[in-house]
Amino acid sequence: MKRYSAFAVAREALRHHTGWERAWRSPEPKAKYDVIIVGAGGHGLATAYYLGKNFGITNVAVIEKGWLGGGNTGRNTTIIRSNYLQDPSAAIYEKSRSLYETLSQDLNYNVMFSPRGVLMLAQTQHEIRGYKRTAHANALQGVPTEWIEPGKVKEICPIIELNGPRYPVLGGLWQARGGTARHDAVAWGYARACSDMGMDIIQKCEVTGVRTEGGKVVGVDTTKGAIECDKLGGVVAGHSSVLAEMAGFRLPMESVALQALVSEPIKPAMDIVVMANTVHGYLSQSDKGEMVIGGGTDGYNNYTQRGSFHHVEETVRALIETFPMLSRLKMLRQWGGIVDVTGDRSPMLTKTPVEGMFMNCGWGTGGFKAIPGSGWAMAELMAKGESPLTEEFSMWRFKEGKFIDESVAAGVAH
Amino acid sequence: MLILECPCCGVTGEETEFHAGGEAHLKRHSVGSTDDQFEEYLFMRENPRGVHLERWRHNNGCGKWFHAARCTMTLEVFGTYPAQTYEPPQEIKDAISAKRPGWSWRNFS
Repeated sequence: MKRYSAFAVAREALRHHTGWERAWRSPEPKAKYDVIIVGAGGHGLATAYYLGKNFGITNVAVIEKGWLGGGNTGRNTTIIRSNYLQDPSAAIYEKSRSLYETLSQDLNYNVMFSPRGVLMLAQTQHEIRGYKRTAHANALQGVPTEWIEPGKVKEICPIIELNGPRYPVLGGLWQARGGTARHDAVAWGYARACSDMGMDIIQKCEVTGVRTEGGKVVGVDTTKGAIECDKLGGVVAGHSSVLAEMAGFRLPMESVALQALVSEPIKPAMDIVVMANTVHGYLSQSDKGEMVIGGGTDGYNNYTQRGSFHHVEETVRALIETFPMLSRLKMLRQWGGIVDVTGDRSPMLTKTPVEGMFMNCGWGTGGFKAIPGSGWAMAELMAKGESPLTEEFSMWRFKEGKFIDESVAAGVAH
Repeated sequence: MLILECPCCGVTGEETEFHAGGEAHLKRHSVGSTDDQFEEYLFMRENPRGVHLERWRHNNGCGKWFHAARCTMTLEVFGTYPAQTYEPPQEIKDAISAKRPGWSWRNFS
């Protein structure tokens, strides 16, 4: 792999850009791999990358039924933060946020990480108490966040209306080191690095069955034939229940549609990320100038990658009270993704009833921020059979009642 | 947008008139049940890609709960039926079979 650098840009500029290589290979599958990862989204590719980087396991295939990064990785609102209430969550999300800081250098691929700061608005008395509690918890966890008063909110976000009739802004939880990144670049950067280590990324190859022998995984059936493996990692987000069913077990999970939209591009108006959980909306401005707006999930199970129209209306209706200037903007486009929501709204990084098969799922409405940390932890779990970051995130915690209840800290948007 | 017919009051409405209530035909385990049974009742879900049986409430109408048979891949509603039953009535099963031959959901098919 040729490294990207200022020198490479200059060199290619002088020869009409004829020397750029493909960023990753598109090989046919081999008969057998040490590890197969199902799902070439951010989490799957990150898992493969850290298997190679941290544990030297490079005989790996990443199998994807669609195209690389075409699922939720390419559909989210790119928010990165780690201001969670519970210790296990803060540990893995903060690991992830800190990996994002140097990800461009690690991957030699510009993921455009922008630590512009994330503000979670408190618009009810309950939220004031909840966020103050989270700020204290974060202080104990070593995650820098602070509670700020309305005056400071207005200072860092001038377009906000503090005295809305229904939901005035009463303060906020501010994480200055949170921010955004370019979502496609995260998938592409990991894919390029994986391919460089000799891993095979096999797109347009759907897994149709999981092969087991004596309760142990031995391979998968795919639309490109059977492929053997010693270990299998399922990292398929909204389709985790479908993959689990192929392997003969069920998950405590439901798949629902989450949608987002962008406005027409405008000049820079807001240089932070704002989340308003009471009204189910979150907002940031992309580098292109579009206001990126995320909404709530539909209430019913859905695999169609599109959400209900009325949720768009509800999200925007609520947001324009706090951001009146948005009412003048046209909507450019809207889309949906299928998110995997667990009983306690926290993810599962877990062994399964099938020996040698692991699942990384349940990131629900907030997986993008967790991609590097999730891959790091999942790689350790798959290579060593345990990881301090995944201990609490087992799929059996629901039977034991050991929930990681983030509904207070995260609300709907996370 | 989904369009559902409430089998309790007979009104046909858009989904904003209703509230989704999750998986139907769950066995509500109670005092004296095992951890496995509670996990089954509270957390384990079919979450199928295809035919699904689920609960809805006619929130902005008669307020009653009912069941619906729906496809999660196409959002097609096969039919609705009253909630006072342990399994979908034969005409609902027939309506699903007409569109999705060979379907199954838990023990029903």
